[in-house]
Amino acid sequence: MAFPEPKPKKPELPKKLLQDLECKQGAVRAVRFNVDGNYCLTCGSDKSLKLWNPHKGTLLKTYSGHGYEVLDAAGSFDNSQLCSCGADKTVVLWDVATGQVIRKFRGHAGKVNCVQFNEEATVILSGSIDSSIRCWDCRSRRPDPIQILDEAKDGVSSLKVSDHEVLSGSVDGRVRRYDLRAGELYSDYIGSPVTSVCFSKDGQCVLAASLDSTLRLLDKDTGELLGEYTGHRNTAYKLDCCLSEDDTHVGSCSEDGKVHFWDLVEGSLTLSLPVGRGVVQSLSFHPSEPCLLTATEGRVQFWREASHAEPVAS
Amino acid sequence: MAAPEASDSEEEELGVYGTALEPLLEGERIKKPVPLHEQTVKDEKGRYKRFHGAFSGGFSAGYFNTVGSKEGWAPSTFVSSRQKRADKTVLRPEDFMDEEDLGEYGIAPKEIITTDDFASRTKDKRKEKARQIAGAAASIPGATALDDLIAPAKTTIGVELLRKMGWKEGQGIGPRVKRKPRKQKPDPEVKVYGCALPPDGSEGSEDEEDEYQPENVTFAPKDVMPVDLTPKENVHGLGYKGLDPTKALFGASEEHFGLFTDGSEQTSNLLGDLRHYKGRKLGISGQAFGVGALEEEDEDIYATETLSKYDTVLKDEEPGDGLYGWTAPKQYKNKKGMEKEVRYIGKILDGFSLSSKSSAPKKTYLPPDLPRDYRPVHYFRPVITRNQNPLLLQALAESSGKLDSDSTQQSRHTLNASQRRELLGETALKGPSPSVLAYLSEKDQERIKDVKQAAEQQLKTQTLPQQSLNSSSSSSDGAHHKWQIVSGIATPGSSDFKPFAKNPEKQKRYEDYVESLKQERKDAPESCLDPGMTEWERGREREEFFHAAMLYKSSNSVLSSRFIRAKHEDDTDKVEVPRDQENDIDDKESAVKMKMFGKLTRDKFEWHPDKLLCKRFNVPDPYSDSSIVGLPKVKREKYSVFNFLTLPESATTTVTQTTDEKMHLNNNPNKPKKPSRWDVSDKEKKKKDSISEFISLARSKVDIQQQPPEPVADDGRRTNEPLHNKADKESADQKEEEESRPSMDLFKAIFASSSDEKSSSSEEESDEEVHQPTSTVPNPENTKHPNPTDDVQKCLAVTNEPDLLPPLLKEELDKGEEFGPKLPPVSSSNANPKHEPVPLASSLEVCQKEKHKKNKEKHKTKREHKHKKEKVIIT
Repeated sequence: MAFPEPKPKKPELPKKLLQDLECKQGAVRAVRFNVDGNYCLTCGSDKSLKLWNPHKGTLLKTYSGHGYEVLDAAGSFDNSQLCSCGADKTVVLWDVATGQVIRKFRGHAGKVNCVQFNEEATVILSGSIDSSIRCWDCRSRRPDPIQILDEAKDGVSSLKVSDHEVLSGSVDGRVRRYDLRAGELYSDYIGSPVTSVCFSKDGQCVLAASLDSTLRLLDKDTGELLGEYTGHRNTAYKLDCCLSEDDTHVGSCSEDGKVHFWDLVEGSLTLSLPVGRGVVQSLSFHPSEPCLLTATEGRVQFWREASHAEPVAS
Repeated sequence: MAAPEASDSEEEELGVYGTALEPLLEGERIKKPVPLHEQTVKDEKGRYKRFHGAFSGGFSAGYFNTVGSKEGWAPSTFVSSRQKRADKTVLRPEDFMDEEDLGEYGIAPKEIITTDDFASRTKDKRKEKARQIAGAAASIPGATALDDLIAPAKTTIGVELLRKMGWKEGQGIGPRVKRKPRKQKPDPEVKVYGCALPPDGSEGSEDEEDEYQPENVTFAPKDVMPVDLTPKENVHGLGYKGLDPTKALFGASEEHFGLFTDGSEQTSNLLGDLRHYKGRKLGISGQAFGVGALEEEDEDIYATETLSKYDTVLKDEEPGDGLYGWTAPKQYKNKKGMEKEVRYIGKILDGFSLSSKSSAPKKTYLPPDLPRDYRPVHYFRPVITRNQNPLLLQALAESSGKLDSDSTQQSRHTLNASQRRELLGETALKGPSPSVLAYLSEKDQERIKDVKQAAEQQLKTQTLPQQSLNSSSSSSDGAHHKWQIVSGIATPGSSDFKPFAKNPEKQKRYEDYVESLKQERKDAPESCLDPGMTEWERGREREEFFHAAMLYKSSNSVLSSRFIRAKHEDDTDKVEVPRDQENDIDDKESAVKMKMFGKLTRDKFEWHPDKLLCKRFNVPDPYSDSSIVGLPKVKREKYSVFNFLTLPESATTTVTQTTDEKMHLNNNPNKPKKPSRWDVSDKEKKKKDSISEFISLARSKVDIQQQPPEPVADDGRRTNEPLHNKADKESADQKEEEESRPSMDLFKAIFASSSDEKSSSSEEESDEEVHQPTSTVPNPENTKHPNPTDDVQKCLAVTNEPDLLPPLLKEELDKGEEFGPKLPPVSSSNANPKHEPVPLASSLEVCQKEKHKKNKEKHKTKREHKHKKEKVIIT
């Protein structure tokens, strides 16, 4: 009576456009899934931060309080708080439900490019063009950061936080990984200004996008090059890169209005998703499903795999 | 009781007991005592105590034979509303009880009592005594024993715990020990009645018997017999206890009923002996009980005693059994082996044994024989310290005549450490000079001297008339004493105190003066003064020198005691820079070229996370014992821009180095040019954003160029305001500029001396300056709109969403501070989509170029773009 194990489904990539959201907040600087992928945040150039349900395409809340463009945002693990950063040099901690500003962290000397919560949402890490990463304490009322990681020689463009690591990409062409547990800093030279970094889901690899229109997959422990992905265009803008939900594919925005996906192992271009005419400035991959959010100009698109059955046509 | 006798003699010695009666007022009649039958008992509330019993048969249940109150039960009103729900009251038995019931003797005493579970097993002394008395007084003696029988078999928690841990009754508590099984002492519960038999020497011999001792058999430790310290409150003889019926009745007669039971081991062991040969015995036994029919032998039950068992004289030696002064009959040990125990009665620690040899008696020395004419009286000499007034010193010296000029004969208390050191012939400590003045910077010293000299000058002019009169006389006789005093003061270390450093000649004279004082030449002070000076001047200078010597002394001793030398020098010239620097980028560059990622491209540093950060990340602090945060820092020589340059060589590059470099370059023509970091696509454009690249380039190109370099990227903030007057500084030939860089020396000259950053950043400012006019004007062509050439765009933006425009303009103005990869252009969502498609590609390009130009990191490309942009604008 033993049924054979069902064949593992071939990994699918989001190809089908399900929603196209007109955000009405100027250019969308970044779009981010929340921790479980049910909601998303869009950072607008009109100083607003918006919370959406991308699956239904509904706007849930608008958070205003930034003094200038919002450049990045992140949600806490329990969805109770948001943090965002912007060109007004501040990092803001929001209450999701009330939309109120809980804390405003000032201290960066320039635009804050990227922001991340740590795993327990006790610390906010923000990277700025002032070439520092600042660790803000959400628990205490202290206005100054716990620690300033100012090892970068140039602006910090991207930041990711794991349970005990801080990964940062800097315009000085280096990917730095601060290992809190080992008390070590690993600095990998990429050569070209790094625009985006991310960890692979298994925590073994680091993906770094740089302005030489190349994505590089590095071994986290040794810094060896595991793969190189080219074909897109990224020479001027800070564009995001991502890994698919099961680490099978590598994705990146492109300045030619497309989103490119490569097979992680083979390095071959598998999908080139035409998103828009303008630069695709930000993307976010769903943490567990083949869903993709892309942001171009003032719009956000929500993509799913082709086999995805729409629940109810509304 | 003794009052009547004492009262007539002296009242003060009266011992008064009890409360005195109130003194009778005059004319008051003595109250008649209330007869007994009229006396009433009232409780504390003034109620008559009547015998009513609600629960405990108390006196006042309820309110005078009622309950609750005067009215009896007062019904409590039941109120419950929506806002305030009535809470359910659960009535407990206590609610129906009277205060007496809750009192100490009530049925529900409200006090903290040890429950049976936690009560100690040792019986309550009071209760026991009460029971004993009851037992003795009862019609049937020992009837209370039945209580013990019926008592529930309840063990306390402690006992139960101990049992679970393997303890058995009668054993001691503690780890099992390996020793000879000793006869268990009698249970402390077991009372021994009757007179104890005198101990005999058999105990010791028995111990020495070699019994079979199985190995690896451990035994529970001996139970500790608690010392009974109950005070004697009865009138019985010492140690007497009444017959315990429990023991008498129930077969506990195995034990000898000794009258004298003390905790000492000797007696208890003795009993073991006795028990040994006595065998089992039934029935009541004890003193005056006689021998029953079942007894086989007429023992010494009556404990005949002879006087010889008692001490008749006080001996110097303690009996040795710890029973000093105990009147129990006993036999002194006369065995040889007992001797040691006689000396030491305390507990002997494990692993120790008493030494068999006694230590040698202390040798005493007789006091020395005193000379015949010795008088045991001590005269104190006056102690002269140097802190005292020199005049007083002088006076003392003169009066006593004792204080010679010989300073070495001072009291040893007046010597200071260095003098003692000299006397002892020790070498001086190698340390910094203890003078505070030595720590002052030269400038400060100079200032102090100036002030001092000015003051002196003033003093001189003031005191000139008087001084001239008496200077000659005072200098002749007073000087003698003065230098006496000072000679003991000026120490060899005083050479580093230069009060007259401003006037080298004077300083020289002063040093001579001090030197002569040290050598104790009488004429010294005079000889070292300048013979060319007038008498008055000499006198003045002598005074000065004297005071200077004194000042030095006092400041030396007083101040140096207050200050300690700093452990770390705090030099402001130094700056902290990270210990480990990311090393040369050139190798990495080539490694990246060859795609040899890994070891070649990786730098690994020790990095110290903040403690709090570790805490927040739930990670143990990797360097819990270090206080460093971040990268370990080291101090570098001086604060300069060059500290931040990552140079493999020292920052001071010489011309030879640069030429070498150049030659090297020439030798390797195929060496890849400094690769562009920013945009790899167009190789012909040089990239200068990385400092090290920048510097290495600078080194490779010796050609002098008037183009000032770009400031280091490290100082993240730069001034945005353009310097218009610097515009002319920009060299005309841009292409040449790209090829040639100024030498390092020029950079140093500019950087090291430049206090204003603006001059260094003039280049890109001038660059910006060109661009500024266009950007300040809200020109749609310059904005980042994807379709900048479209004039309608602006109008649309203004008309459709006017509030969107100001930030855009502001952004344009703010563009100057943009670093790193740019954000994509703000494509205003409100912009008419119709306008977007056509010029997108070209507009984007323009946009990018615009941004490139604005980016200071890439001044080369900027310049390039600028030209292009201008063209674009023109076209």
